[in-house]
Amino acid sequence: MTPENAIHTGPSNLWGLANPTRFMGFANRAIPILACLTILLFGIGLYLSFNAPEDYQQGYTVLIMFIHVPAAWLAMMTYSVMSISALGSIIWRHPLADVSLRTAAPLGAIFTFLALATGSLWGKPMWGTWWEWDARMTSVLILLIIYLGLIALSKAFDEPSEAAQPLAIMTLVGFAIIPIIKFSVDWWNTLHQPASVSRLDTPAMGPEFLYPLLIMALAYMALFFTLHFMSMRNEVLARRIRAMKMKQARRG
Amino acid sequence: MVALLKREVQIAWRSGGGALTGVLFFLAVVTVFPFAVGPDTKLLSHLAPAILWIGALLASLLGLDRMFAQEREDGSLDVLVMQGHPLMAVFFVKAFAHWLMSGLPLVLATPLFGIMLNLSPLGIGATMVTLLAGTPAISFIGAAGASVAVKLPRGGMLISVLVLPLVIPVLVFGIAAITGALQDPAPFTAPFLLLCAITLFTSVLGPLAASVMLRHSAD
Repeated sequence: MTPENAIHTGPSNLWGLANPTRFMGFANRAIPILACLTILLFGIGLYLSFNAPEDYQQGYTVLIMFIHVPAAWLAMMTYSVMSISALGSIIWRHPLADVSLRTAAPLGAIFTFLALATGSLWGKPMWGTWWEWDARMTSVLILLIIYLGLIALSKAFDEPSEAAQPLAIMTLVGFAIIPIIKFSVDWWNTLHQPASVSRLDTPAMGPEFLYPLLIMALAYMALFFTLHFMSMRNEVLARRIRAMKMKQARRG
Repeated sequence: MVALLKREVQIAWRSGGGALTGVLFFLAVVTVFPFAVGPDTKLLSHLAPAILWIGALLASLLGLDRMFAQEREDGSLDVLVMQGHPLMAVFFVKAFAHWLMSGLPLVLATPLFGIMLNLSPLGIGATMVTLLAGTPAISFIGAAGASVAVKLPRGGMLISVLVLPLVIPVLVFGIAAITGALQDPAPFTAPFLLLCAITLFTSVLGPLAASVMLRHSAD
């Protein structure tokens, strides 16, 4: 067994413990600030959204855009956060990177689901159907499946620390292949039914739509980081409790 | 490396004919489809490339979680890791051997099943060529999944869930190429070349992931 392995597999490893402690201090301070920021941004964003003028084609349903589009953006951003965490988890074998990866996955799945659900609600009045095998929707659906698979993988191990490496590797493999999936799905759809579904083609989105959308996107981001830090804090605490229980059990 | 390849194929061959089981599963899937969609030959010949591809996909996924598991159990995986050969090459060879024993028999069995599904000779040819180019990618991506399975003794189903979304591009371009061969306006070369490109790309990515995964798992 190599020395680095020994550090990694040892119970509550030595240099890892110092860093999560510092993280806990940081999280305790950051979470209230981020939570306030989230509420503030959502307040402004929702106010502006509801005061946005009706679209001349879509009427009130255009309001769905303000919760739908940021969710789709966040679905992709979360995967990027997970991939960066996965790099940290593989290269430095940092426990906190694993905590970050593992706790981001459910958030990403929820944002992806939100994007699909609100998109479906928007599609019914606009396209007359809940679901269309449109290139974009299909690739988001595949992203949701990948998220759910990764969550299942992270829960499949008896010992949570054993899941770190498989999870990180599958996340990175997914990150390498997702652009190809996206491209292939675009190809697949244009091959079968060229442009039967035209998406919201506003050539230049007016500022009355753009500003609320951007503020809503910032609000979603603040929400993501608030929840991510909160669930990371929970995970660190859960691991400490686990380590304590193990210690107690060993003492008998 | 050649010795390793020979050993892999021999093991797969002698341990109860893994290749034959895969083809049998393929046959079962192909047989079940007409029951589901009805015995209409026109419809079947239209669906045949899709049926053959899905059958091949499922058959290739079937033995995936066992790709490294037996070696892990009897310790020969640790020996391979410690031998000092570049690990990526070792896993490349292992994935390739897996394809030889699971993918290649399916390709060879395709003409028979194609005739059963009333597929035209051109369609059979196109299906064979695309399967030949595409199924290695399933084995290579599968190697990444299989390396995860090593740590997860009962994770067969989960590995399929993880691997299936990742092989969607293979299916898309395989079917696109067949459609291109059978219908005039659609192109054949472009999707076929993309299919080959995906196979080459995954032939690097899969063994790389497997080697990172298994390098440190020797304990």
